[in-house]
Amino acid sequence: MTALRDSPEVTARRTRRARRYSTRDVVVLVIGLGIAVLVDLAVVWGPTLASVALSGTDWNGISELRWIGGDNYRDLTTEYPPFWTAVRNNVLWLGFLGLVATPFGLLCAVLLDRRLRMSRFYQSALYMPVVLSLAVVGFIAQLVYSQDYGVLNAVTGMNTDWLGDPSINIWVVMVAAAWRHVGYVMIIYLAGLKAVDPALKEAAAIDGASERQAFFRVVFPVLRPINVIVLVITVIEALRAFDIVYAINKGRNGLELLSVLVTENIVGEASRIGFGSAIAVVLLVISLGFIVTYLTQVFKEGR
Amino acid sequence: MTQRPPMPHRAVSPMSHRMAPPMSHRAAPPVSRRTMLRGSLLGAAAFGVPAILAGCSNPAEQAAPGGTASAGGGTVTLGSNASDEVPKKSLETVVKSFTQAQVKINTVDHNTFQENINRYLRGTPDDAFTWFAGYRMQFFAEQGLAVDISDVWQEIGGDYTPAFKAASTGADGKQYFVPFTYYPWAVFYRKSLWREKGYEIPKTLDEFTALSREMKADGLIPIAFADKDGWPAMGTFDIVNMRTNGYDFHISLMAGKESWTDPRVKQVFETWRGLMEHHQTGANGRTWQEAAQSLQQKKTGMYLLGMFVAQQFPEDERDDLDFFAFPEINPQFGQDSVEAPIDGYMISAKAKNVEGAKQLLKHFAAASSQNIATGLDPGTLAASSKADTSGYSSLQKRGAELVSQAAHISQFLDRDTRPDFASTVMIPAFQRFIGEPDDIDALLKDIEAQKVNIFR
Repeated sequence: MTALRDSPEVTARRTRRARRYSTRDVVVLVIGLGIAVLVDLAVVWGPTLASVALSGTDWNGISELRWIGGDNYRDLTTEYPPFWTAVRNNVLWLGFLGLVATPFGLLCAVLLDRRLRMSRFYQSALYMPVVLSLAVVGFIAQLVYSQDYGVLNAVTGMNTDWLGDPSINIWVVMVAAAWRHVGYVMIIYLAGLKAVDPALKEAAAIDGASERQAFFRVVFPVLRPINVIVLVITVIEALRAFDIVYAINKGRNGLELLSVLVTENIVGEASRIGFGSAIAVVLLVISLGFIVTYLTQVFKEGR
Repeated sequence: MTQRPPMPHRAVSPMSHRMAPPMSHRAAPPVSRRTMLRGSLLGAAAFGVPAILAGCSNPAEQAAPGGTASAGGGTVTLGSNASDEVPKKSLETVVKSFTQAQVKINTVDHNTFQENINRYLRGTPDDAFTWFAGYRMQFFAEQGLAVDISDVWQEIGGDYTPAFKAASTGADGKQYFVPFTYYPWAVFYRKSLWREKGYEIPKTLDEFTALSREMKADGLIPIAFADKDGWPAMGTFDIVNMRTNGYDFHISLMAGKESWTDPRVKQVFETWRGLMEHHQTGANGRTWQEAAQSLQQKKTGMYLLGMFVAQQFPEDERDDLDFFAFPEINPQFGQDSVEAPIDGYMISAKAKNVEGAKQLLKHFAAASSQNIATGLDPGTLAASSKADTSGYSSLQKRGAELVSQAAHISQFLDRDTRPDFASTVMIPAFQRFIGEPDDIDALLKDIEAQKVNIFR
């Protein structure tokens, strides 16, 4: 520093910096940023770290805290049958929404964008489920799938136990969840498609591109920002899925999800808070995987 | 979970009756709004516990525990989970005749009450609160969250049978609970259907199986069955276990002292598996209300459930409903046990007006109070042996008779064992068994491994 003091360039830079941050600026900065940081620590990182810490105990909400190290994680993975079912279901959920529901939503958007007759009607019909909470979708699903009273069995004459058979119930529930997800994705893509400059499509057509080529080579790449948003939404929806299965059978018997297991263990009398926290940490780690990937992408672009 | 109670009347939406996940029956402690908020904030903020329940509390009547103060007299706050119309009215009527102090009832939705019982009792609980007898009461008494009321029992002890006293006694031999009402579990059927087909009440397992075959031949589904909510199958397990291995083994198994891989437990599942072919299939997708309706519609022949099954019968058909005790399996135990969950009241360790609360509990113990409740709420029976049974409906009379003949009264699986074990281990285990009844060994091994973790 000292050695540099005489360099005019450095002096100039320092002066400029000092001029830019007056005392008042600093105070404003500290208050503005400080509050945000504090709130962030208190409501996001505090509970997160607390969960991580609690996952190493066998606390039940009343007892003394007792450190048991990784025992919860060992029990979880080796002796708690619902855990792996839940992991599998979360992956299925993600796969189903990502590979089936989202592309289908895109397809609907593309078709509607071509101004079919009655496209307004289709659009509202597809979007309608989105205004329902997933818990309500869960109730509707029960009316459709109930073995004794459900519409599906009544109409088809089948006698399938759609919701009670653990080998099929996750699929029919995902269909119900997708029913809502498709509308959501469709509306976002529809907005994106409207914003695509028609000149691009025209240009592609003039260059001799088929309609399919025009879509995949021109329109779809232009939708990139929308794709990222939809991807994030899909991942979030898959990881936070909870209400629909909880409304149906409390997320048991084939409908286990990590979020349900966390609730099941933590909420309630005699709660297994330590054990439930361990499941929450697993969910956190999975989410972090997606979050980190996403942020890395975003930052890379920003640069 | 839960099972419970009964309140018979009210059409209960499937959800409300028993949704509580874990078990429990209907009770949730009374949580004032303040408590709820505090509880859930603490929970949520500090420990990352989902605060989803916070919104549910419904401090129905007056809220605050506050104002109390003086001993005896003054105001007593009472946390109640009687959020449904009939039980709520019944409680209000009973409390109205209590004159020694002012009572403030804080009613909370019963599932919410149960789910928040921990935070409720550690926060600012009411002086007295509704709860359940048995292990579930002991669990909280052991944590120092309830007041020892042995002195109250010196006065009221003569009104109760030893079985009720035992169900009110903590692990330390002191009493913490005053029984108010209860309701038995049994095998229900429609008299008219049975008369028409000439069915006889089975006394042994063999007769039971033979009867089931006969019903099947008549085009009926012999045994109605539902376990979507996870708790109803517990009733079947409990009774088969008590008939096979006796009450003492059952209680010790529930307390975590026996191994689930024990051949005696396996025998229970084997017997149950043998009966499974006579049960309604697809139980994991059916609610108990739907199963009860199939009984009412004469599609099924009989149904093992609590007396609250009557809720699903129209008023004018309730007289057609009757029941018998589950048949004998092991002659050593005959039919000496019955499952009859008891609901009652306790005093919280943080009570401000302990004297007043004790007076109130004595009032609840009085036969006259219990008669008011059983009159208004015909799905329940009075716990006091001094209660006047002349006003009972025929179903209530039969229920009282069944219980008085039993040497042992169990409380239901989720009340006889640790709540976390019942909800996170046993519910999935029974549903798995219903789905694949042949996989008993692996199932029992899994249960045992988890039991060891929970009871350590």
